[in-house]
Amino acid sequence: MSTRDGHAIEVTDLTVAYGDHPVLWDVDLEVPHGVLMGVVGPNGAGKTTLVKAILGLVRPAAGRVSVLGRPYADVRRAVAYVPQRGSVDWDFPTSVLDVVQMGRYGALGWVRRPGRAERERSLEAVRKVGLEELAGRQISQLSGGQQQRVFLARALVQDADVYLMDEPFQGVDATTERAVVELLRELRAEGKTVVAVHHDLQTVPEYFDWVTLLNVRRIASGPVDDAFTEENLRLAYGAPLGFLGRNGRPPEEGLVSE
Amino acid sequence: MDFLGDYTLRIVALGAGTLGIVAGALGAFAVLRRQSLLGDAISHAALPGVVLAFVLTGTKAPLGLLLGAAFAGWAATLAVMAIARMSRIKYDAALGIVLSVFFGIGLLLLTDVQKQPDATQAGLDRFLFGQAAGLLRSDVITMMALGLPVLVALALLWKEFKLLAFDPGFGASLGLPMRALDVVLTGLLVVAIVVGLQTVGVVLMSAMVVAPAAAARQWTDRLGTMVVLSAGFGALAGVVGAVISSRVERMPAGPTIVLCVTVLVLVSLFLAPRRGLLWARVRARRARARLRVQAVLEALLDLDARHGDGHAHSEAVLEVAGAGRGGAGRTLAELERRGWAERRGDDAWLLTPAGRAEAEERYGGRR
Amino acid sequence: MTGVQLEIQAIAAVTAAACALPGAFLVLRRLSLLSDAIGHSILLGIVLAFLVVQELTSPFLVVGAALVGLLTVVAVELVRGTGLVREDAAIGLVFPALFSLGVVLVARYTDSVHLDTDAVLLGELAFTPFDRLVAGGWDLGPRALWVMSVILAVNLVALLLFYKELKLTTFDPALALALGLAPGLVHYGLMTLVSVTAVGAFTAVGAILVVALMIVPPATAYLLTDRLGVLLGASVGIGVASAIGGYWLAHALDASIAGSMAATAGALFALAFLFAPGRGLVAAARRRARQRWEFPQTMLAIHLLNHEGLPEAAVENRIDHLDAHLGWEPAFAREVVERAQRRGLVRSDGAALELTDRGRAGARSSLARTA
Repeated sequence: MSTRDGHAIEVTDLTVAYGDHPVLWDVDLEVPHGVLMGVVGPNGAGKTTLVKAILGLVRPAAGRVSVLGRPYADVRRAVAYVPQRGSVDWDFPTSVLDVVQMGRYGALGWVRRPGRAERERSLEAVRKVGLEELAGRQISQLSGGQQQRVFLARALVQDADVYLMDEPFQGVDATTERAVVELLRELRAEGKTVVAVHHDLQTVPEYFDWVTLLNVRRIASGPVDDAFTEENLRLAYGAPLGFLGRNGRPPEEGLVSE
Repeated sequence: MDFLGDYTLRIVALGAGTLGIVAGALGAFAVLRRQSLLGDAISHAALPGVVLAFVLTGTKAPLGLLLGAAFAGWAATLAVMAIARMSRIKYDAALGIVLSVFFGIGLLLLTDVQKQPDATQAGLDRFLFGQAAGLLRSDVITMMALGLPVLVALALLWKEFKLLAFDPGFGASLGLPMRALDVVLTGLLVVAIVVGLQTVGVVLMSAMVVAPAAAARQWTDRLGTMVVLSAGFGALAGVVGAVISSRVERMPAGPTIVLCVTVLVLVSLFLAPRRGLLWARVRARRARARLRVQAVLEALLDLDARHGDGHAHSEAVLEVAGAGRGGAGRTLAELERRGWAERRGDDAWLLTPAGRAEAEERYGGRR
Repeated sequence: MTGVQLEIQAIAAVTAAACALPGAFLVLRRLSLLSDAIGHSILLGIVLAFLVVQELTSPFLVVGAALVGLLTVVAVELVRGTGLVREDAAIGLVFPALFSLGVVLVARYTDSVHLDTDAVLLGELAFTPFDRLVAGGWDLGPRALWVMSVILAVNLVALLLFYKELKLTTFDPALALALGLAPGLVHYGLMTLVSVTAVGAFTAVGAILVVALMIVPPATAYLLTDRLGVLLGASVGIGVASAIGGYWLAHALDASIAGSMAATAGALFALAFLFAPGRGLVAAARRRARQRWEFPQTMLAIHLLNHEGLPEAAVENRIDHLDAHLGWEPAFAREVVERAQRRGLVRSDGAALELTDRGRAGARSSLARTA
């Protein structure tokens, strides 16, 4: 099974611990090419850690990660990362276009500055997320949804095959949420693979075709219809059955113990 | 005074300008990375380095002393990080501990050295509060030799440092060695602080890191502009302060330079366009005036609709209608000036056709 | 030991004790650097008050300086409140400016008195015994000893009266607010104590080393205990030890007493940092060494549990696959398996590994604990 390279991402027996406090226990995960996968689980389930471990941002205590059949370090250019919006200082003196251009920094290499080609490409991404009028705007003047779109545009200019997104819907307005979903579907249509940490259980079946339920260890992973079941949700959230609505779908996000 | 002709003054200005540019440029990154107070710890901690370099090598050469300072400053940042990461002591307390203990050790060493009959120690005193008048050509050359590589490194690694300051996690995902970049940028900050020690002194050098950057941030929303402005502010304050200090009796250099830079900060906080406090106040006042005009216009329109055309209303009525918020009279005068309202008799006001059109266009749609 | 030596040590000890009490709350409230800011800017207060009353011993000086100390806290809050600069930068802007003003005033207008820039940094502990408090022809001892004793007493009384308020506003300001304890008032009350204490200590140890006496002993105590009462007592004890130890170090080296007090406090902190029971680096390293083999065994058990009874178990749960899947070195994997077998967590059937009942229970409880 170690030679199954038909997967976009393959995580094998991944254990991550901060100090001696484990946050992921022996997680196995296979993400096929071209799916739109949501990662859900209660707070502290290790969702962000899973994304960071795939990206090599945290060192696992054990286990392997391969992306497109190879170690992450070899295929870095093919992977784009959208961090949580709250992870940066939005009062930083920089413009929308400038942040988007940062997506090209990896490909540019040391010392070289972004030039005309990078600018064109970044502008196109800015247009794609509907921020063309704000390209020169300082980033503190953006709404939460607009900030999220800036991050998405930055990932778009990376022109990757695999997109890892940490809570792309966190605190965005309805318009942005629709625009982001639209964008994710476009990426999927182009054959890209998208993995997004997600909070709102209710929208999982609508937005994603693949889902991973996580709570320190992997509860379930697979097509939404197979994996997003009442039983698995109960295992992941440990909540009493009553909190689930009919059809095995949770009625509302608010009822889930977060 | 003959500024350019005076050799000493030129040396002093050149030295202070150099330190201002280097500290200002690196300070911009320090402030954005919330390392303002780390600068304070580094500069205080440099004192034992200076004295130790003197004790161990017997040198009075500025380069030797400054290298000692840089070494101690670097050790101090490592100590702060070690304490904050490896124990339950928080970052602020770690800074306080390192700052005061290093400085204490520095004073201990300094007083120990000072009692030696050897007169060479005289030069060490200036590292406390700085001294501009005593700057020599060799000092300035040393400062430039240390400062120039710092600026070059900043320019070469510009986009990497920008990423480090804004979003290190994303930078790491691109495969950039963020930890190494952090080490390098902090190292450059140490050197930038060290460059100014002889002139400004260990006690106040941190202000040259924080203040120009805080002032520059108010004038611009671009990192590049901010760094250049910050360097410019640093140089301006440095040169003006150092020249005053070397010309006026009993004006210690460090405090004088810091007071100059403080003036720049105050001016920036109040007057910088858009962000400045004064403009914020003007904007707030304009917004209030606009609201008052709107309220009076609406009230006149409203009263008109109820009483029929051509009926004039007194100021008091408008005030009662909640229109003036205490300023109905002034607002009415303003409306008259714009030709939107006219006075009928002593205290009776009426919308003009233009005013009616204006009011309907502005607020009519809402009713 | 001469009388003067005794008196110096007494002053140093009382100063250290007075500083440690409010300092402990600064450390716990993450406001350590306000002591740095206050310590610096009170110089301006002292100078201004001196320029008004023209004598260095007036109690008015303490009041004026403490007011400026409080003003510093307000100014930092104001600058931060504009939203134009962050808190760390606000502190870094305010106190150098006030301190600079103080130094310039000292340099320009007060050269006739012995308030020179050296005294600002070093304090004058060695000279304090020569300034006597004389009442009705009676020599009551060094003035500084009286001043610092009064400040220590004020701090103690304030602490005893408002212990519960200070404790609650420090650890749970939201609850304190809900209970009507006015955290803001407590905050400024504490800052007043810090300012008054800093002014008193300033004469003895100088502007910057006030920080050493306020922050380092409580931080050291914080490495040794979890209980607030013990922490306060230990802070005072460590402060006094730093003062006395520092005095003798300075005596041996014939160097600055204030500097060596700070150095001694730093040495005590370093000792606690390395050797504190439970929290020191050495204890942590020992703990890690102990756990070095425990954590992988748990990991192994959970790995086996995850694949137990599944079709892939025959492949996954083999000792020669651990290196491929867990990323372990083969030798390390063998060692872990051997240890786990010895503890009865795992049994092997050829190369295939199987959990024992005990191992299964252990893996389950580890998962339950973290999930």
